[in-house]
Order: sequence, then C-alpha cells, then structure tokens
Amino acid sequence: MTDANFTYGFETRSIHAGASPDPTTGARSTPIFQTTAYVFDDVDHAASLFNLQTFGYIYSRLTNPTVSVLEERVASLEGGRGATACASGHAAQVLAFFPLMESGDEFVASKKLYGGSVTQFTRTFKKFGWTGHLVDPAEPENFRKALTPKCKAIFLEILANPGGIIVDVEPVAKIAREAGIPLIVDNTLATPYLCRPFDWGADIIVHSTTKFLSGHGNAMGGVVIDSGKFDYAKSDKFPALSKPEPAYHGLTFTETFGDLAYTIHGHAMGLRDLGPTMAPVNAFLTITGIETLALRMERHVQNAQKVAEFLESHPAVSWVSYAGLKKNPYYSLAKKYLPKGPGSVFTFGVKGGYEAGVKVVESVELLSHLANLGDTRSLIIHPASTTHRQLTTEQQMTAGAGPDVVRLSIGLESADDIIRDLDVALAKSVKKAA
Amino acid sequence: MTTTLAHHDGYADDHIRKVLKGVKTIAMVGASTNWNRPSYFAMKYLQQKGYRVIPVNPSAAGEEILGEKVMASLAEIPVPVDMVDVFRNSAAAGPIADQAIAIGAKVLWMQLGVRNDEAAARAEKAGLTVIMNRCPKIEYGRLCGELGWHGFNSGVISSKRRKE
Repeated sequence: MTDANFTYGFETRSIHAGASPDPTTGARSTPIFQTTAYVFDDVDHAASLFNLQTFGYIYSRLTNPTVSVLEERVASLEGGRGATACASGHAAQVLAFFPLMESGDEFVASKKLYGGSVTQFTRTFKKFGWTGHLVDPAEPENFRKALTPKCKAIFLEILANPGGIIVDVEPVAKIAREAGIPLIVDNTLATPYLCRPFDWGADIIVHSTTKFLSGHGNAMGGVVIDSGKFDYAKSDKFPALSKPEPAYHGLTFTETFGDLAYTIHGHAMGLRDLGPTMAPVNAFLTITGIETLALRMERHVQNAQKVAEFLESHPAVSWVSYAGLKKNPYYSLAKKYLPKGPGSVFTFGVKGGYEAGVKVVESVELLSHLANLGDTRSLIIHPASTTHRQLTTEQQMTAGAGPDVVRLSIGLESADDIIRDLDVALAKSVKKAA
Repeated sequence: MTTTLAHHDGYADDHIRKVLKGVKTIAMVGASTNWNRPSYFAMKYLQQKGYRVIPVNPSAAGEEILGEKVMASLAEIPVPVDMVDVFRNSAAAGPIADQAIAIGAKVLWMQLGVRNDEAAARAEKAGLTVIMNRCPKIEYGRLCGELGWHGFNSGVISSKRRKE
C-alpha cells in the first residue's frame, strides 16, 4: 500500500489479509500453530506481555498465530478495526455483549433470530443478570420503544434465519446512536460479500463462521468485529472499557488502547476468563474457506434464485419466502442492503402441512437432512419436526416454523440437480397428502 | 483538534515506515513514571525495538523511567534528538512544536487523539516531518505485523516475507 487512500479489493483481501508468508520459514499458506503456549525471552518480556505493554503471544486461550490470521482477515473484509475469534457463533454473542454489560443491564434484540439465539438471550443470559427485550423488527421504532436506561446495546440479524426476512438496519442504527449505545449486527447469513453492516451504521458485527465464511460444513467457529468508531468512554455506560480494570492493575482500556480497546478486552478479558477459544485447525479451515468466499457467495445466490423461482411455480408449494423474488415483501430492502443477492437460506410452505413437510425432507436424495446452513452442500430441514419440535403449534408459527415450513440452505451443486431432487421429493409429498 | 491540513488526514504506510526507520533517538514529552500509563507502555515497547527514548516531564525531572533520566525540557537534552513524541493534549502540542524546531529535531510526532495543524504547519515550514493522531507503538506494531497478532486489521497486504 503506497497511497494513503488505496485499498485492495474484496477478493484480494479474502485471500491475503492477515496472511503474509510465515517470517521464519517462508511458508506461503498459513501454518496451523498447534501449540498451547509460547516461550518468553526473559522475565521482563513475560511481564510486558502479561501487563499488555507489548504485542505477543502468551497462551492460546487468548491468542494464537493461526487464529489471529482469521481475525485480521474478517476484520478487513467487514471494514472493522479488529476482531476476536472464538469457538462458535453462540460464543461470539456472549463475547460481543461481555465488554458492554454488567449484571443487571439490559438490551433490545430483534425477535427474528435463530431459535437458539432466542433461548440464549432470554434464558441463559438471565443467569448472568442480563435481560434481553425482544421486539418485532418490522417496525424500527419498536427498538426505541423497548429501550430502558439500563439498555447497553441493540442486537439484530440483518438477514434473519430461518430466512427471507430483512431488517431495515439504517433507522435502527440511528436509534442506537441517539441512545448512545452500540448496534450489534449478526451478519452470518449475508457474509461481508453480500452486506457490509458497518456501512449502514452498525458498531459491532458477529458471525457464526461455521456457516458461509468457512463454507464447507467442517469447522465450528464464531467472530466478533469492532468497527473502532464507537466511543465507549463518552458516557459512564460501559465501565468495563472506560473505568480502571483491577485485573490489570487499574489499567483503563479506552485510555490505553484507544480504538483498539473493545477488541483487546475481547481477548484479554473475554477469552481469558470465559474461555471459548477457537481451535487453530478450525481457524485454518475457515481461512481457507474465506479465500473463495466471493466466488462461492456469487454461486450460492444464483442457485438460490433459480431454486426459489422453481418452487414459486410448483403446484405442491403454497408459498416461498425468498427476498430475491419480486413478490416478496422484503424485495426492496434486499435491493438496498443486499444488492448482490439475499443469501441462499430461505423457507417455503408445502401443501399438505406437517405430514407433507416430513415427506419432503425424508424423500430428498441429494439434499442433506441436517441442522446447519451455509455449506457447499444443499441442506434441508423441517423445523416443526426437529429444531422447533418442543414448541406449541402457535409458538412454531410465531417463529416462522409452522407445520408446513421447510427450510433450505442452497449449496453449490448444479442448480438443475438441486431442482430435480426437490421436484421428486415434492411429487412424493403430494402422493402422501392424497 | 484543529483540522485544516488535508495531507494529515491519512498517511501512506511507506511514509510512516520511512519515518520510523529514519529515527533512533526519541524524546517523549509527557512520559509518565507510572508503569501503568499509556506513555510508559509506548516507551517500553519502543526501547525493545531498539530506539533510545528520553523522557521529558518537568514534574518528574531528575527521576528515572526505564533506565533513562527524566529531563525537565527538550532544551536540556544533551544529545541530538531525531523525533519528538508528544504525549500531551493538542493545545500543549503548540509550544512543544516550537521547542522541537529549536532543538533541531527531524520529526514531530503527536500521539493518538492529538492534532494541532497550526503547530504542524510551523514545524513543516522549519523542515520537520510531522505525523499527528497516531501512536508510534501501534504504527510500528501494525507495519511489522505484530498488531495482527491481536486480531487487528493492519491494512497490510504482502506476499513478501516480513523483515523487521
């Protein structure tokens, strides 16, 4: 980089950001540093590291050279200041809130979230003394109405799971800014290739890297990215960042680290004390996956569009919730926030209800019946009989997981093959219903 | 912070690299004797990277920080100073800039959050190179790859093997 204003393109950064050749060996691919700890030069060097006075590795629970390549890679792609990688998307959500929340604090979240996040926010977080208020994101003002003086953040999935739903982020970001609290956006289903939440006013981004970023269904992981633009010292709302920290001899993160404070805290406090570290081998697989992110996402959305159009015209299908379809209520929001395509995870309704839904997922041959998304392989699940089984029918309907709902995560196989497989399965479901 | 000099809104990596490579002795104005202050962190790090850092702080004059005697002012420093690092607020950077010119420093560097364009203009007129609103520790760490060790976006893309 020779010009102050020059930045490399998305595809270049997907391959190179964070990953210069190994300085010792010249290895071009990022080595898997399968080590727990790192030697100190001497006692003074060790003290400098423990006091956060110098950069360097101590112990892989906090930082690891393979994991840090992934962190820099994702921070670069999202346009953030820094990132903290961790064991899973769920761990990323805990880590994202951890620097912001004290016991007794609250936050407002969209209710259109992955079901596991709803449980984490409303049940498990309660044990930390954190209260989440869930609101319908269809009307951005709902976020403002639910705010209390104890609220420390707003959280939403921009492209929501199980799919088809897009949240109008820009006005929500304005509401967060006016309240003096950060907006956290889960960008898992879109990835930075399709959507850049920082451009729309988000302050923090979380991902389950298990999904499209790693992309091959073989590595668990999560990541928290800080934009570096939110001033955590502007008010007294975030004492963990803006007040002296006893665990580091009274060091104040915002004063000592400036716009690096949130990410340093994520490692030095979050990973140190909560412990959900990403395994180096998972970081390696995710780094490798990200190298082809742009190519894969381009094909994911192409395939999803073709499959959605096929299903829309299929006589055994009652509805399709994909924002790439012109009739979809989120079509215009998709054009604004996800101009390259609204991802490849969506739901459709099968005529014949619960029994027909079960028949479809049991009749596919090529699609994999499992509970994940964002794989090279096309995936299918019938939420009412699996992930949302414990809920009443009414609760299932609210969650977008009614008896007739089938969720797809369209992969990278030949689109015609995915369509043929669904066509055969749908024919069987019709026979079943009749 | 006054901002009128557009060429100080951002710096090319090569420019910062050249500045950091071109200096050996740094006078740190506002250096603290408290080991847990940001200036102490920066001084310790820069010493580890081979720089001589001379602390300047009138309220701690005569004391020692990290093996270096604290000077009351820039004028008292008995050796040539390549760079003056300002760990004071933007208003205080004005008179410090004039002293940096007076002692013949080559570089005037203002810390993260510190920017004074009038002072920068005077220093540049006198032939000094000026960097503002940056931390030499963070910039050194960023350009040599160490900042990335902690998950930060260094902005550096290179397929060459890194040499310090």
